[in-house]
Amino acid sequence: MISRRHVLKAGTAAAAGAALSAPAIRGAAAQARRETLLLVSENPPNSTDIHGVGANRPAYEASWNLYDRLMTFGVKKDANGVDHYDYTRLEPELAEEWILTPTSVTFKLRRDATFHDGTPVTAEDVKWSFDRAVSVGGFPTFQMRAGSLEKPEQFVVVDRHTFRVDFIRTDKLTMPDLAVPVPAIYNSGLAKKHATAADPWAMEWLRANPAAGGAFRLERWVPGQEMVFARFDGWKSGRRPALARVIWRIVPQAGNRRALLERGDADISFDLPPKDFQELAAARRLKIVGTPVENAMQYIGMNVTRPPFNDVRVRRAIAHAIPYQRIMEQVTFGTAVPLFGGPAEPTEPVWPQPSPFVTDLDRARALLAEAGYPNGFETTLSFDLGLASLNEPIAVLVAESLARLGIRVTINKIPGANWRNELLKKELPLITNTFGGWLNFPDYFFFWAYHGQNAVFNTMSYQNPEMDALIDRSRFTQDEAEYRAAVKGFIAKAWEDVPRVPLFQPKLMVAMRENVEGYRYWFHRQLDYRVLAKV
Amino acid sequence: MVLGLVAQRLAAALPTLAGVVVVTFLLTRALPGDPAAYFAGPAATREAVEEIRRTLGLDQPLWLQFLDYLGDLARGDLGISITTGQPVLADLAQRLPASAELTLLGLAIAANFGVTMGVVAALRPGSWVDHLCRMIATAGVSLPTFFTGLLFVYVFYYVLGWAPAPLGRLDAFSSPPPHVTGFYLIDSALAGDGETFAAAAAQLALPALTLGIFALAPIARMTRGAMLAVMSSDFIRAARASGLARRTLVLRYALRNALLPVVTTLGMVLSFLLGANVLVEKVFAWPGIGSYAVEALIASDYAPVQGFVLTMGVLYVTLNLLIDLAYQAIDPRVRIEA
Repeated sequence: MISRRHVLKAGTAAAAGAALSAPAIRGAAAQARRETLLLVSENPPNSTDIHGVGANRPAYEASWNLYDRLMTFGVKKDANGVDHYDYTRLEPELAEEWILTPTSVTFKLRRDATFHDGTPVTAEDVKWSFDRAVSVGGFPTFQMRAGSLEKPEQFVVVDRHTFRVDFIRTDKLTMPDLAVPVPAIYNSGLAKKHATAADPWAMEWLRANPAAGGAFRLERWVPGQEMVFARFDGWKSGRRPALARVIWRIVPQAGNRRALLERGDADISFDLPPKDFQELAAARRLKIVGTPVENAMQYIGMNVTRPPFNDVRVRRAIAHAIPYQRIMEQVTFGTAVPLFGGPAEPTEPVWPQPSPFVTDLDRARALLAEAGYPNGFETTLSFDLGLASLNEPIAVLVAESLARLGIRVTINKIPGANWRNELLKKELPLITNTFGGWLNFPDYFFFWAYHGQNAVFNTMSYQNPEMDALIDRSRFTQDEAEYRAAVKGFIAKAWEDVPRVPLFQPKLMVAMRENVEGYRYWFHRQLDYRVLAKV
Repeated sequence: MVLGLVAQRLAAALPTLAGVVVVTFLLTRALPGDPAAYFAGPAATREAVEEIRRTLGLDQPLWLQFLDYLGDLARGDLGISITTGQPVLADLAQRLPASAELTLLGLAIAANFGVTMGVVAALRPGSWVDHLCRMIATAGVSLPTFFTGLLFVYVFYYVLGWAPAPLGRLDAFSSPPPHVTGFYLIDSALAGDGETFAAAAAQLALPALTLGIFALAPIARMTRGAMLAVMSSDFIRAARASGLARRTLVLRYALRNALLPVVTTLGMVLSFLLGANVLVEKVFAWPGIGSYAVEALIASDYAPVQGFVLTMGVLYVTLNLLIDLAYQAIDPRVRIEA
């Protein structure tokens, strides 16, 4: 650990002994600064344990860099030449190799890998970690289940360095689901020392004390203020990271985050308003990278269980009354991909893709009259106040446009803490919201957002047996042609019944100083310190 | 005598504190927002939310939750903050010195300038000095603290580069001094660490100045009013007639007599600064208790909010006691019946 203070103290001592010249001291400090990344963000991590109750998104970043998984995803270049994780390629992390059969997968662990405390990583640790993920409930258990990883009996220790996962069904999501942040490998011996009868999985202790073996160690954590990471030099699961230290500071004020970046005091940040990104990109003083967030969209959702939105003609009218172009210009400032004005029928099985809708108020008026609402109606448009910078202007623009059809819209701002609860009740008539899935498959998105199982993300309570049949077929078919047909089929259905109107695909924007290299986009939308460098 | 007064005042404060405990408990429960849904995460099903509710003990009847809370309080346990994942007591203990250091420094700045401005203005009422003082004080109190704060950051950090980055109590490359009081200025001075002292002072300057400017007005105005009254009173006229030096007259005789209402105002200002620095803490990424409570409130995280309000209650009671004692020191004629 080299802090500036230590360097300077060392410098003073050395200067007294006249052993070091002044430029050499500055050189040492510059070296330390070059190997240190200062990252600023709005929200602090609340845990280092991704299995913990209520672990937030920043906590995923902590977990991702502190812990290893068995496998990781490969990397490719996106259209702008930016490193982008490649979900079609799985690569070794803690596992050196694996043998995949139709009923199971067997992993060979690295024999030289150790945790931060020097304990070797064994198959027992992997089993304990996976058992924990499927047993503790909440988010980790849910995410494991998404890959048909449900019961501890599926996880088998073959020998000290061999570990097997037995499949309970054929699910194409099982393998990628083993490379997401949740199945992290914990140091089970260390964790068990801190387990109690009431807390058999050491949830309490692991929250602030990582039992990990990833590329970075936790050097210091001051909750709500900063988290400091130091490179773990004994890391074997990948190439040695260029950064020796990462300092993550919480700066609640967006303007200050921008000022820190522009002045060169901070190196990188995700959390700036869209307009700032636009201005910074135009000024060319910082490197701005925007990557469309896979399998995600901002949309307008309509509750199809009650009038007036139970009438498909009303929903189509709304889809034609949204001021798409103005939203792109006045809300996203170019930090999003438009999702409107596409072909009438889907030609490719990709998601998200532009809907066939465009702003056409005459058409909307005709549809409304046909549905029996020539003079419009009254409704409420709700959004999550926690994401107000995007949601609020969208709501205002939509309300303004709908008013021209005689639809009187009351805007309902719901505090972040209450938003989930309101969604669970499924009573809001009209919302604007965002949703994205970690695993980049159209059927994964539709299973959560359009399927008749009516998950919380199906905010429209849309249920249609034909839709469900198409989604189920696409999830489990092994036949490529059938898969493509099913995906195009359910997208066409989504356009026809239009329970939700896509607006845009958000971009994950990041601003960094010119000398920061190696940024990689990840589906979890957090930073990977292992690949970053300062030149 | 003094001890008796302290004991009496403390006893009188007990019902207040009990009231604070009950009211905060009920208020946090009455807030919209469901912590269980919030902490169940984005992918939660109804069952998952219920599971979290059970884990958090929120499925219990209200009176049982209250009894639990009282029991924990009696053991000095303020609960766990779900947003930071730490015991609330530890969070508060760590953050209170940050808020206190900032607030006290802000108050010191306000008191110094405010009293000076008030005295100068009172000596020449109606002159341009008087008007200037009034203008500065009015401007200070009319500008919201977050605006003054952002303006300072923009000018002194972004444009001029004089001030350090608004990154909280220390820049990213310094480490905190060994913990004694939690006040970085005092701790680094005790440790003889000039480097850290300078770093901490540099970080403190802008936020303290922001708070100080905000608090200037009431102090300046109260000092001016009290000084005017005293300066026109008989004993001052007598003293002046006796040929006392103007300096002695103003500072030793007039100001001392004018101080009583100023001290009252200082107490009031201090207590509202403790609340007002929430915004300043946000702007300067200051890890104080105000920003802590606001973040917890947004997340419907009950324990820190309750802990915060309780801490503030205790602080206010202590503060009032100190002010009463200060009265006696300044003016022995004051006898307080508790």
